[in-house]
Amino acid sequence: MRRVVSILLVLALLTGVLGVTSVAAAATTEFPRSQTLYTGGKQWGPPSNWNPFMTGNYATGTIGLCYETLFLYDPLTAKFTPWLASSGKWTNSTTYRLVLRSGLAWSDGKALTVDDVKFTIELGKKTTLNFSSLWSWLTSITKVNSTTLDFKFKTPLYQEWDNYLYNLPIVPQHIWSTKSLTDVATGANDKPVGSGAYLYNTYDQTKMVWEKNVNWWATKALKLSVAPKYVIDLVNTSNENSLGLVLQGQEDLNNNYLPGISTLLTGGYALHTYYPSAPYDIAANTAWLDINLQKKPMSDLAFRKALAYGINVADIVSRDYNNMVSAADPTGLLPMWNKYVDQAVVKKLGITYNPAKAKQVLAAAGYKDVNHDGFVENKDGTKIALKLIVPNGWSDWMAAAQMISKSAKAVGINIVASYPDFNGYLDARLKGTFDLAIDNQANVSNSPWTYYHFIFYDQLKDIPTTQGGNYGRYNNKTAFALVTQLDKTKTTDLAAMKAVISKLQTIQLTDLPMIPLWYNGMWAQMSTTYWTNWPSSVAGKNHDLPVTWNGYWNMTAILMLTQLKAVKQP
Amino acid sequence: MRRYFGRKLLIYVITFILAVTVDWAIPRFMPGNPVEILIARAGLKAESAKLIYSYYMKAFGLNVPIWRQYLNFWIALFHGDLGVSLWLFPQPVMKIIKQAVPYDILLLLPAILLSWLAGNKFGAYAARSKWLDNTISPLAYILQATPYMWLGMLLAWLCGVRLHLLPFSGAYSNAMMPSFSWSFVWSLLQHWILPFASLFIVQFGGWAIGMRNMIIYELEADYSHYLEALGAPRKLVRSYAFHNALLPQITGLALQLGAIVGGALATEIVFSYPGIGFLILQAIQNHDYFLLQGSCLFIIIGVLLANFLIDLAYVLVDPRTRVGMQGEE
Repeated sequence: MRRVVSILLVLALLTGVLGVTSVAAAATTEFPRSQTLYTGGKQWGPPSNWNPFMTGNYATGTIGLCYETLFLYDPLTAKFTPWLASSGKWTNSTTYRLVLRSGLAWSDGKALTVDDVKFTIELGKKTTLNFSSLWSWLTSITKVNSTTLDFKFKTPLYQEWDNYLYNLPIVPQHIWSTKSLTDVATGANDKPVGSGAYLYNTYDQTKMVWEKNVNWWATKALKLSVAPKYVIDLVNTSNENSLGLVLQGQEDLNNNYLPGISTLLTGGYALHTYYPSAPYDIAANTAWLDINLQKKPMSDLAFRKALAYGINVADIVSRDYNNMVSAADPTGLLPMWNKYVDQAVVKKLGITYNPAKAKQVLAAAGYKDVNHDGFVENKDGTKIALKLIVPNGWSDWMAAAQMISKSAKAVGINIVASYPDFNGYLDARLKGTFDLAIDNQANVSNSPWTYYHFIFYDQLKDIPTTQGGNYGRYNNKTAFALVTQLDKTKTTDLAAMKAVISKLQTIQLTDLPMIPLWYNGMWAQMSTTYWTNWPSSVAGKNHDLPVTWNGYWNMTAILMLTQLKAVKQP
Repeated sequence: MRRYFGRKLLIYVITFILAVTVDWAIPRFMPGNPVEILIARAGLKAESAKLIYSYYMKAFGLNVPIWRQYLNFWIALFHGDLGVSLWLFPQPVMKIIKQAVPYDILLLLPAILLSWLAGNKFGAYAARSKWLDNTISPLAYILQATPYMWLGMLLAWLCGVRLHLLPFSGAYSNAMMPSFSWSFVWSLLQHWILPFASLFIVQFGGWAIGMRNMIIYELEADYSHYLEALGAPRKLVRSYAFHNALLPQITGLALQLGAIVGGALATEIVFSYPGIGFLILQAIQNHDYFLLQGSCLFIIIGVLLANFLIDLAYVLVDPRTRVGMQGEE
């Protein structure tokens, strides 16, 4: 017996050693804390690819830290900053002339030229990439000289084009031209070679490590230098875990929604948020109520109107979110798009919480409580019992759904909150089998066109595969035509844009295809333990976006890294 | 002997085929399809998403009838191909699992073996001492019934959050990459203690209780009384009792393996320990058919293999099995 025991013990030890040796395979590396910026919030799984064309899936910083875009866009000032490009303008209504900066280089030392830009965009014609649809309205790209390209368009979609200018990553031709087209579209692109401020260093299951590119072109051209030597993006495991890391100063910037930040700010932790007081974070997108218009009674405008009057958004903002968000404008346009809100239209048609009015509208439309259960019935006497779905585990939305249910019940509309898992939630919206759902998929961008394109998405039959929006299946040819017209409106022609948008707002507020609720924030919890000079709304501070999510590095978040200052450690 | 193992092997093969089929089928009962999630996360423009959708459906072989998918799955399996992960696209499932397995070995084997050894030793000891039996045994009962998840959270909260004694998330420090340095091994060990402890403690309770009861039963058996009547020393009687009591514990180990792996799953989730259990949770949440299949397949193989080893051990430990097999031939 003793022998068996000792054999087992040795076996246990051996596996331990074996385990250690198989884990410890790579070369020695330890990242000095004072030169490292720890971020978190984007990555929900180990880094798995560095392919900038695989939006949403690529490792944090693939676009922004490694690959760069032609322009940066600042949504707070609505300004484009030339980045890889030095300038760009429409020379006539169908030709866009792009001038590239000189002295650009890839991290392997080769020069970045207009050939790379042309090659990159033409990749979208050769294979299916996330920007391939561009080629249905772009005709050709011609090289004018060594720094200039001319883009010729069939139907120039000015709003969309501007969107591409700061979202399209430029990749090196000398590397990507050797890849197969399948590899271009879906390859992992290990050890990426980009032009950005950081170089791929390493990764493991819990993090992505970027190392400063000392030869970054912007150091010479723009006198910009990023402060952290390493940027380490940690994989999220749970919000509790993230909160712990931020409070202990182990994570410098976290972009998860962490409830209770407002109370922790005054709790003696070295915490910083963009706004020193409510709503603490910049608005990133609008949360709204999707209403399935194919079902009764939602197909009835009067019912939708009563519903809109019956939702107490202020309650959600103060109790659910502790004022970390703010109530949405009736149009749902983000605060940075305020100038596009037609106040006259809103004043005339805008709906805000008013329970008395809700009951009145219901009664006037003929919805009565026939069986005296406290809730109104359909006009034909059948019961109304609507399900409001939000993904399970999204605790803030789950609480919001309960509050919506409560305030709707108070005016006599029976809504029950329901929490399918994310897949179930997604599937119900894509197939149009839901009653009500909370949605927030239209993010901040250069133009309200992206928002209207989403809520008035016109390819109703394609929704299950394109996830283009309009999950309530609102069908209005006039609105769809206006969205296209907006896309074709020049971005410089503010008056024309406003005119189209005003018409869209009238339609939206009259027909209520969805109900805007509140603005979700660019959640950003910053720790001042190791780094300071974070972005802030305070005058004199930098107003860069403190966000590591995909698509935000190229909206000025990269500039944040040039502003940071290391804190002297005792 | 040959017949014994032949029969055993056949049972293992049938179990394997059934388990793998269930493993393949269950993820496909979930609502929706994985490409939807891939696209949802990508936040693509509608016009691009349309193109990408059909591209992915084809790439993942989801555009063929379900029976064909099942067939393709077996064909690929025999080629050692577990497919490509959807969640960590485009990483091959095999590669992801390979990265996770060392952590499982590191956590599970020591926890299973040490808790079994220590539990049995302690149980046998407790059965002899009234004082221990009255104090520790009730505790062991409680431990045995404790959910892994709950104990894990308790340990993380107590040792990690309150006392700042030990790290409670990940397998090693975020400031490090794996290397052959003392600081790395130290970090690895520190991160290992809490998840190990939560597995060890629960299992320890179970084995201790089992052993204690078995010893008391064996000591009351006729052969023990007979030995005592013959005037054999107490030590000898107990030693015989221990040997006999050990046999059901070995069978118990085989039966418990599945539950232990399940427990490890919960533990890994609590401590964000990057093993297979952690992958399984992520795979479910992300509708990753292929990763889920692969991870579960790995567990199936592991449990079957361990059972087989225990079958072998049984032959070594229990003379009756040997005699029985010789009689057969």
